Amino acid sequence: MSETYIYIAVMAVVTYLIRVLPLTLIRREIKNVTLRSFLYYVPYVTLSVMTFPAMMESTGSQWSGLAAFAAAVLLAWRGFSLFSVAVAACVLVFVIELFIC
Amino acid sequence: MDHKKNFLSGMRDGIPIALGYFAVSFSLGIACRNIGMTAVESTVMSLTNLTSAGEFAALSIIVAGAGYWEMALSQLVINLRYMLMSAALSQKLAPETPFYHRLLVGYGVTDEIFGISVNVPGRLDPFYTYGAVAVASPGWALGTCLGVVLGNVLPDRVVVALSVALYGMFLAIVVPPAKKDRVLALLVLASMAASWAFPLVPFLAGISGGMKIIILTVLISAVAAVLFPVHEEKGETAEAEPCHE
Repeated sequence: MSETYIYIAVMAVVTYLIRVLPLTLIRREIKNVTLRSFLYYVPYVTLSVMTFPAMMESTGSQWSGLAAFAAAVLLAWRGFSLFSVAVAACVLVFVIELFIC
Repeated sequence: MDHKKNFLSGMRDGIPIALGYFAVSFSLGIACRNIGMTAVESTVMSLTNLTSAGEFAALSIIVAGAGYWEMALSQLVINLRYMLMSAALSQKLAPETPFYHRLLVGYGVTDEIFGISVNVPGRLDPFYTYGAVAVASPGWALGTCLGVVLGNVLPDRVVVALSVALYGMFLAIVVPPAKKDRVLALLVLASMAASWAFPLVPFLAGISGGMKIIILTVLISAVAAVLFPVHEEKGETAEAEPCHE
């Protein structure tokens, strides 16, 4: 099924170019304050947009997702590490879904 | 910079990413198997692409036997957000970072690895990203492979529970800085609210998830950049040194 490999090659090339072009083309520090501010805000906005409400839709029940969301926010607020926040969210979803799904 | 130490801390932070990847790619593997892809094809796809939304979308294109340009276009739209992330990362690397490091870091620009890479204090040492990639990328490939081979052996409950790992991690990245900075807190809330409301707007409902992320990211970040320009000392997570104006 060599056709599949052509598809894979096409997608790999496009995706890699998207990822690598800005990193290689923007080599100097951007001085423009608005542009710098824009790039400074991008990660926070994009991670927030990706997390909510997708977290509720990824689980068996939106309530377990919501509970995991609330717990993760609380633990992150208290300063727990990436790993503990992530694991706590998983465990909570697993336990809650034992009861409601 | 202590490259070894940074590599190891990248590996440590890569563990939750690998767990989340494993869960998601396991279900990706099951989907690959369903359209008749072999374990080798699926694993090669995951290793060379490292993108969940892009690969899931690719399956429907492969199974439909659609044109290669259609494949290229779909990947461009779905993965365009990586361009924004890559641009943000370009400012996080020291300006003198050699070309080959930029080529290698580029491979690892995923939502999650980007998330932890911008989160390191000060400049980004490429070796931190390599550490994370060294753990996360095999997790992604292995999950895909096992998904094809083992199919439905891992209980659904476990796969579902693991799938929130990535989101938990995103929250662990955005919440602590938002706690210290009211503008960021406002921005995080506004972004989540907009993301939730977006599909409720009638003429926006048909827009794909990847496109939604791009539109909202550009829009909200641009408004924030104009209303709350970042000067000197505030950019501590994005920038270690004050900018020279």
